This record gives sequence, C-alpha cells and structure tokens, in this order.
Amino acid sequence: MTQVNRLSGGLIDRSQTLSFTFDGKRYRGHGGDTLASALLANGVRLMGRSFKYHRPRGVLSAGSEEPNALVELRTGARQEPNTRATTAELFDGLEAKSQNRWPSLAFDAMAINDRFSAFFTAGFYYKTFMWPAAFWEKLYEPIIRRAAGLGSISLEPDPDSYDKGFMHCDLLVIGAGPAGLSAALTAGRAGARVILADEDYLPGGRLNAETIAVGTQSGSAWAAAVLAELTDLPNVRVMLRTTVIGAFDHGIYGAVERVSDHLAVPPEGKPRQILWRITSKRALLCAGAIERPIAFANNDRPGILLAGALRAYVNRWAAAPARDVVIFGNNDDAHRSAVDLIAKGVHVAAVVDTRARAIARGEYELIAGAQVIGSAGRLGLSRVEVRLASGEIRRIDCGALGVSGGWNPNVHLTCHQRGRPVWREDIAAFVPGPDGPVGLRVAGAAAGLFSTAETLSSGSAAAVAALGDLGISARAARPPETEDAPVAITPFWHVSGGKGRAWLDQQNDVTVKDVKLAHQENFRSVEHLKRYTTLGMATDQGKTSNLGGLAVMAELTGQTIAETGTTIFRPPYTPVALGVLAGRARGKEFRPVRKSPSHRWAEEQGAVFVETGMWLRAQWFPKPGETHWRESVDREVLATRRSVGICDVTTLGKIDVQGSDAAAFLNRIYANGFAKLAVGKVRYGLMLREDGIAMDDGTAARLAQDHFVVTTTTANAVSVYRHMEFARQCLWPDMDVQLISTTESWAQFSVAGPNARRLLQKVVDPEHDLSNAAFPYMACGEITVCGGLRARLFRISFSGELAYEIAVPTRYGDAMIRRLMAAGAEFDVVAYGTEALGVMRIEKGHAAGNELNGTTTARNLGMAQMMSRAKDSIGAVLSEREGLTAPDGLVLVGLRPVDPSQQVLAGAHLMIRGTVANAANDQGYITSAAYSPNLGYSIGLALLRNGAARIGEVIEAVSPLTGLNVEVEVVSPHFIDPEGERLRA
Amino acid sequence: MHDLIAITPLGSDVARQDRVGALTLTEVPDWALASVAARPGQEDACHAALTAFLGATLPGPGHAVAGGAFGAFWTGPEQWMIEASYTGHQDLAGEVKAVVGKNASVTDQGDGWCRFDLVGEGLNAVLERLCNLDLSRMGSGSASRTAIEHMGCFVVFRSAGASVSVIGGRSAAGSLHHAILTAMRAVP
Amino acid sequence: MIINHPLLGPRDAQEFTYLGDAALIERPDGQAEDAARQFYEYLYLRDNPAGKHRELWFHEQGDRSWLVVTRDTLTHEITKVELARDVARARGRGK
Repeated sequence: MTQVNRLSGGLIDRSQTLSFTFDGKRYRGHGGDTLASALLANGVRLMGRSFKYHRPRGVLSAGSEEPNALVELRTGARQEPNTRATTAELFDGLEAKSQNRWPSLAFDAMAINDRFSAFFTAGFYYKTFMWPAAFWEKLYEPIIRRAAGLGSISLEPDPDSYDKGFMHCDLLVIGAGPAGLSAALTAGRAGARVILADEDYLPGGRLNAETIAVGTQSGSAWAAAVLAELTDLPNVRVMLRTTVIGAFDHGIYGAVERVSDHLAVPPEGKPRQILWRITSKRALLCAGAIERPIAFANNDRPGILLAGALRAYVNRWAAAPARDVVIFGNNDDAHRSAVDLIAKGVHVAAVVDTRARAIARGEYELIAGAQVIGSAGRLGLSRVEVRLASGEIRRIDCGALGVSGGWNPNVHLTCHQRGRPVWREDIAAFVPGPDGPVGLRVAGAAAGLFSTAETLSSGSAAAVAALGDLGISARAARPPETEDAPVAITPFWHVSGGKGRAWLDQQNDVTVKDVKLAHQENFRSVEHLKRYTTLGMATDQGKTSNLGGLAVMAELTGQTIAETGTTIFRPPYTPVALGVLAGRARGKEFRPVRKSPSHRWAEEQGAVFVETGMWLRAQWFPKPGETHWRESVDREVLATRRSVGICDVTTLGKIDVQGSDAAAFLNRIYANGFAKLAVGKVRYGLMLREDGIAMDDGTAARLAQDHFVVTTTTANAVSVYRHMEFARQCLWPDMDVQLISTTESWAQFSVAGPNARRLLQKVVDPEHDLSNAAFPYMACGEITVCGGLRARLFRISFSGELAYEIAVPTRYGDAMIRRLMAAGAEFDVVAYGTEALGVMRIEKGHAAGNELNGTTTARNLGMAQMMSRAKDSIGAVLSEREGLTAPDGLVLVGLRPVDPSQQVLAGAHLMIRGTVANAANDQGYITSAAYSPNLGYSIGLALLRNGAARIGEVIEAVSPLTGLNVEVEVVSPHFIDPEGERLRA
Repeated sequence: MHDLIAITPLGSDVARQDRVGALTLTEVPDWALASVAARPGQEDACHAALTAFLGATLPGPGHAVAGGAFGAFWTGPEQWMIEASYTGHQDLAGEVKAVVGKNASVTDQGDGWCRFDLVGEGLNAVLERLCNLDLSRMGSGSASRTAIEHMGCFVVFRSAGASVSVIGGRSAAGSLHHAILTAMRAVP
Repeated sequence: MIINHPLLGPRDAQEFTYLGDAALIERPDGQAEDAARQFYEYLYLRDNPAGKHRELWFHEQGDRSWLVVTRDTLTHEITKVELARDVARARGRGK
C-alpha cells in the first residue's frame, strides 16, 4: 500500500519508514507521524464507529481533543482501548484496531441502531429502562453494557510499570506553543527555575501546523531554535510528551509523562508513564485554543474535519485526507487552510463562508453568505451540498471538508478550582475568568489572544509578571516580527434545514435535535443539558462540542451565550491510564512491609505469617505432620503453659518518655495513676480518649526517676505517639518531658511459662538476680545478657503465665531468638505465634483490640476500680457522663458453651433464653472467641449488659444471619488462674 | 564481651551493595545513632556540651553537620540525632548522656533505623522519584525528614547531588531498599 | 496544599496529619466545679466557619511539631502558620 495522500514537505522524517497495521492491514508511515496522520497519508479516512449509533467516523481534529478516532493500540496484555489516533505517535510495528464495530469497520451490524435513532434520543435510558426495577441488573444493564462502550480491554494484568515523581519550580509553563516558548525563554534567561511541559512530542504548538514566519525563520524553525536554547539552560527543564492534567491547591499541578508510549515496549526497568506532582510558585497556562465545528446535517462523515486540523495534517505531517477539498467557515482563519492547501498542491474546490462580506485570501472560489447543509458518500465524504445566498442548492464533489466555527481558548485548567470562564463577544468565545487558580496566569490563545505576535508578547509579558511576584527581575525580549491579524468572526453555530441529523457532540452522538428535546422537556440549564443529553461527557469532555450545544440552547431559550453560561471542567485534562495513578503501588508493593527481628529465623522454621498492619508476624509454627492450623496452635499453647514458649513481641509500640515531669505527664495520659510508680517497676496503663472511650492500653516501665518506656498496641503505635505529642506540645507545653519512638530499636521477646525463669537464667548474665524475691512480678530493669550485651528485662505477662519480656538491640534480635531457643531445648521450649498469643490472652481474660474497639469504656472493660479519681487525666471527666455510667451497661465477661462440643463464635449477639432474637432484646455481643486446648472446649469474651452480676446465667449466643443459636453460660473472663498465682510464681 | 552476632537491617551477615550505572547504593550497618532532646531551660547548657562533644556547631532546622568522629542532624525543635561508627561507639547514647547529663534526654536509636548511602552523579534524578523535597534547595549539609513510599525517612545530603544517606525505619529496610533500587533502575 | 512551616519553610500537606479545630488547645481543668459542662463544650460544640479557620496539623513526616494553621475553608488560602506550643503558651497553658 502506498502513501497515496502523502504530500511534500512537513515535519516528518522520511528517512525513517515505519511499518504498522490497522485492522490487520499493513501500512507505512514515517517518523514524526501520528497514527492518524499516517492513516490519512495512506488514504484511510474511516477510523471508527460512533458510540451510540455506530455511525462511521474519521478524525475530526489533529490533537488531544479528538472525539472520534479512538482506537485500540497494541495487542495482548498491552492492548489499550480508546486511544486517540491523533496523539498516538507512530512506531515501527504498531498494531492498531478500530473499535465498536462487528464484524468489521466497513460493515457494522450494530449500525442498525442508527435506523432506530428516533428511539435513542436524549433521555432514552432514563425513560426506557425505568420499570420494572428488577430488570435492571439481569436484563437492561447487560444489554446496554454490551451495546455501549467503545474499546475492549485485555483482561490481563498490565505488564508495564509506572512511576511517580516530584518536581519543584519557580514557574511552570503549560504548553510549548508560541506563548509558552516565549514565556519559558524569558523566564529561563532571567535565571528562574522553569518547567516547560507540553503534551506533544514536538514543541511549537500551532507553529508546527502553520506556515506563519517568525522573524526570518519559519514558525517551526523558530520553535526548534528556542527549544535548543532552553535545553541548554540548566535552570530550565523541558518536559515533552507530558500533559498537565490538573491544577490543585497552592500551585500544585499534576502531570503525566508518557515515557515509553512511543516505543513498542518500555526499556527494561523503565516505566511506561510517570505521574508527576509539580510544586510551582507560579504557573502560566499557554494551552492554546481548540477549534470548534459548525453543525449541519450529516456533518460527521469521515473526511469532514476541522479546518485547522486539515491545515495541520497538510503542513506538519504532509498528509491530506483527500485531493479535492472544500472549506466551510464563519471566520478569516478558515481561509488560511485554503491558502495552505493550495500551496501544497491540494485542490480547493470552494471556500464556503457564512459571512456575506467575506473576502477571498487566495486563488480559490469563495462562496460567501452560504452554508454547507448536507453531505453524501458511503463510509466517507464524496460530496457536499451548499445552500447559496440565493437559496439555491449547489453540490460540490470533494473528499474532505474543513470546517471552522472559530476557536475556543483552552480554559480547562483555569476551571479546576471552580473558576468560571467569561464570554467575550468580540471574539465569540469564552476566556478564562478572574477566579482561576491562585498563582496561575494565562497567556496566548488560551487567553483569547489569537495572533502569533500577541501570543509571543503575552507569553513573555506574563512570565515577567509572574517572576515579578517572586522578586525575580526579568526582561521581555523584543518579539520577532510575525503575523498579527485581528480576529474576524461572525458567530454561526448550526445550519438549519438540511436532511438528516446535525451532530454537535460526535463522541456521545448528541445532535441539535437532542438539545431541542432537552429544551422541550425543560432540561435547560447547561448542567441539566449536559446530564440529560450526555453532551460533553466521556473521554474528550466536550472540548469540541460544549459550546455548540449551549449555543443551540441559548438560541432556544432566547438568552445570550453569556447568560446561558458554560459547564466547567474537572481534572484530568485528558484521559489518564489508571496504572499511572497507582504508580508503583501495585500488588505486594501497595505498602511497605515491616519485618520483625526474628523474621529470618521464623522463615527458617517454616512459620506461617500474618499481616498485622504493615508488620508480618509469625502466626504459628507448623511442625512436620501437623495438617491443620489448630494442631499447631493447640500444641504451642499447651507447651507454653506446661513448660515455656517464646514469642516475638517487637511489633508492640515503644515510646521513650524522659524528663523531670515524665511521671506527671503519664499520670495525665493514663486513666490510672502513675505518679507513684517506683523505679524498677512496670504498671499496666489504660489510655482514654477525651470523650471517655478507651483508646489504647499497654504498660509503662519506670527505668529511672526521669525515664519511662511506654508500650502501645501494635495497631495504635503511631496514633498514640501523635496523641502524646499533642498533649505535650498543645496541652502542657511547659512540662519537662521528651518523647521519641523506640519501637524498632529493641528486639523484644516474650518468654512465658513455668520454666521461663530457668530458661532466662541461662542467658542473662549471672550478676542479675532473677529470683522471685529480687525480680518479682511487674519488675523491670536494665541488664546484660550473653556476656555483656545491654538488654532490658520486664516481668510482665499477657498469657497469664510466669513470663518476662526481654529486649536486646535489634541488630542482635536474630542471634537472641536462636540463643533463647537453644537454651530452652532442655525445657522443650516452643516458639509461638500470634494465634497462640490470642488463645492465651482470651484464656486469661485480657482485653485486646477486639475489646478496645472504639466504643468501650474502662467500666465496660471491668477496669472501673482501677481508674484514679484523684487526678485530672485525659478522658476522666467525660468517662463519667450519663450514658457511659448506666448500671445496665456492657461489662466484659467470659462465656462457655453449655454443651462443650459446641462452638462460641465472635460476633454473635447475646439474648435472654426464649426471647426473640432482635435488636430490642439484645444483651450484648461476643468480642473474642477461641478453642481453649487447656479447657478442652470453646470459650469467648463478651460485652454483656450488667455482666458482672450475671455470672452463672445461661443465655443464648445467636447469629440470625447464619442461623447460629448456642446456649452459653456466663462466667468470669479469667478462665485460667483467676487468682494470678502462676504469673507471680 | 558478649558472643552474639549482629545481622544487617536487610537481614544478612554482610552489608549489601548495588550498582546501577554511575550510582552506588550501600547498606551501612556500621553506624550508631542516638537522639538528644534538650530539656526546657537547659538548652544553652545542652548546646554547649554537644558542640564540645561534636567538635562542630549544632545544626539548625533542616541541617546536618559532620564533626570528627561524630555527625549530627536536626530532627525537631531542640532535638538532634548524633551519628558515629558503631564499631567505635557501641554505646553512643551512653557517651552522649555522659556529656549532657540532666540537660537533655538521650535515647539509643541506632537499632531503630537503617541507613542506605546513595552515591554518584545523577542521584537527584533518583530522589525526585522517591520524595517530595525541593532538591535544588538541598545543599551539602541539608537534612530533612520526609516520606518515601509511605515510609518516614531522613534524607541527609552529605554532598549535594553526589552523596546522600537515606535513613528509614529498620523493620522496613527491605521495602526502602527495594524502593531506592527500583528508582535507580527507572531513571534515564 | 502547601503549609509554610515556621521552622522548615513550605512543606507539602501530604507530610501532615490533620486533627481539627485549634480550640482543642483550650482544654478545661478537669478538677473544675463544672468540668462536665466545660468538657462537653470543649469536645462537642465547635464552630464550622465558612472562611477563616484555625486548625491543628501534625508534621508527622517531618519534625513532629504540632502547628496551628489559619486556613480559609472556602479557598484553602493559608494566612498564618504557628507552632502550636507557642500558641498554647500564649494562651496561658503551662504545666
């Protein structure tokens, strides 16, 4: 296949021939081509089928505003739907497919929809699929989903990687057209830190699409020269293939850099795309303008495109959609297309201008005061119908039609913080309003300044002003001589008459008639119009269609466009792959993994790990022959209670609290008293929130008069630290107390069981007396182990056994667990995981996260008597408020099944026997449950109304959802050693 | 002398080193760290004692200094981290406490953190994929706490653009190392 | 958003965690006669201004300072950032 419509010249690299396929057919293009330009050069105009009616469509534009030419790129796992052919950079081997057609693009069975278009008008879904509701899920939605939508995804995991990054600058320039280049040059020369970002791979913007000279060079040569200078400036960073997608608070912008999309496959280790977070002191929007069409009957035929896009294809890409062309416009700029096409040898059959007084700018036939009212041609344009000023109809054969209804400043980003564009009658366009993002200025065509001279001077002037805000003095260089034509336009939105539908929004198949219907049914505000007709939705966000739609509405309501107003834009500016928003946070890289000091050893033991927050903790340690987790856990529990077990408890939060007021500080943080805790002693502490609800619990060990180590639960380590800093800095700023986290500094192991002391005596250096008299229950101290390594020892117990926690510097944690296990061999020591830990704490009746669940008070937890009334501590006052002190409040109790073979299940609710299981009869709920291998039956902890007074009562544990109903007896929560003899042994 | 053998934050017996292009990433286990927080009213005495100990002026917000055997970086109002080699200063916190006495609170921190040194031309291109610091403002001797892939880290610029220490929580050393190495491979 | 930290200069809001109204500094005396009423007001009765709001932010991924940030809830404009400790002392809080 030859490139039949390839012209001479252009900014393509003819030395590079690239082979690609479209719908399986092989074509050739050149370096610098987009998929769209290469297809046009190859004589392909038909590129897709429309969303709703499956109408044949070709390109409308030459940029990211494209509504029609959406294709699937690549194959296999890399297949990406809904990609704009107009921005897809051609590479060798590119495989592209058209979408939304079956069995082929030329013959699409679903085009039958077009025949029934009378049914599919605005509001069709709302009206048709309303009733019966049950049909939605089973019938309507599957049908609609199959019929609608565009491309298809691969359903395979994305093989590419994505990254994110952070950049900082004085001035962010968005868009590298004439205004942006001029601004970046001015700011760059002044020494400011500049980022210049452009979505295109070739900087220059419209300069590359025009034949306008800048100074003595062509526009594109000038752009290339400026780029070269900018690239040499160390303070300027030019980001091509980078779309600024959103403007956020305080000068923060989001941008997506397409690092590897122009390559077949990203290089090894490199990301496909990067999401940049740009922190700018000032920003300048130089996003140019987007041309808008004029609606007329059958204006969506392949070959009908925007006049400026037609010119861009011819000038930049040396590709024409056809050899015979008609231009239709309402402004002088449209005539440029005719002039440029003729210069390239394309035959311009006529220029149709709606203005009666239009003047020809070159050697072509001008039909003034006329309108294109229709088109013909199967799967592509072959003829247009023109209504002359006289009313006569004239038919002109042509393969392409360039349409121009004028240009809309690209105000998108100025709306991202609810800025509203304002209408300017003189240029018949919305321009950025005064309430755009703070620190963002607008220059060039985006500000409604359309001549090249104006864009150059406004770009550098805006840069000077922006830098002036920052105290950086910059001088605007004298701009080179260039075109400075005024805007000459007479608004014209849609052609009345003509046979067939006139398309406003080609992406959503919205017609002039749909807008009329919306008006008729009273959906008249622009926001209602948008939702009712879907005008301006989907991937192009109505960049080429919004204004046409609301202009028709304005006409219908008899209001001006200014009165009608416009919808505004939200991020992102163009569609963004979800992968780049996720960045690296995929799969196991979703969040960091924290490993405990014994992790390597535990892996060697074949431990099963569980995620607790970011931590990986050993859940249990299966032994050969154990086939069920309960076997392992029961063994670990029984062995610990029989002799001794070891558990890594490093993950508990540890906060070092020092200072002469440390004790007084803790006395206010904890609900129970700490002022009188002796040096060398540990105390359990309950922290309340200020509203009286329990927040966290742990222990505080007093290592010196002015030094405590506080522990928190694993889950709350961060929030408790934050809370303590709040108390220290905001509530009692003059207290002499200093805090720092030491969670990870110490590898801490629980050594529990009747033989715990004997085991530790083999490891702890002999000068430290571990006898019950010298180191009793709740003692703590700084010791040495293994011949002089500094360590800490705490005699505390979560399991209810004689137990210690021993801490060594983390780097020795691995060596320490090995030493402890070796020393324990003679006692048949076991390592136990979090499951056994949980079983033992339930057997002992210790509250944990299930009980400290954000709704419980000290009273609920059975700790009321522990609370100190003699002091002001956080939460003390409100814990006494009405409702938290009701006599029938929930109290922690133990439960055991009346029939020992039955199971107690956490989450079940408690009912008085024989009552209906409903909320009104609810007596409480089971918070924790486990099988107790020591008791030989299932046990639970529960919060029960007036629980303390109900020991011995038999009640029902129910779960109406699962049909569970078990009789349970209320017992003390301390199933094991209620007198605490073991832990004091 | 005790007979326990330490492992590195990455869980190995030897420190890890990775090279990608001109960049080298090195795990630094021979490193001791102690935090110091001046007590209210004792700030001047604390500063004087630490200055004498370090042989350098205490760094202000956002900065680090390197003395002879010791370094220090600012971590918060009236708070610093003191650095030294672990081999020569196994009880660094004890040494510092002996100098500051009741004028400051001192806590051993060396085992709570892991340190990776990233050295070589172009390291800022790696850092900008990792953390939201304004790198062109980070001269030699800058130090800042920031987040890297959700992990709270200190970044100490030993030599701007040429050598930095990334210091993160020891338990997440593997994730931090992976994050830095991935970024080293991802940059152009 | 960018918070201009009094010690560290402009820092991204992602480094901070938010608590709420800076009035939380004004914790009543728990031993006061009408402590229950005071605490009820302290904890539950807050202004919800459409405009300037003084609020507490914690520089968690930074220097661990609590800050009082004056922010316009309509525009997100931040007009003042202070160390909460200084604010607390100025409000007469001590030990």
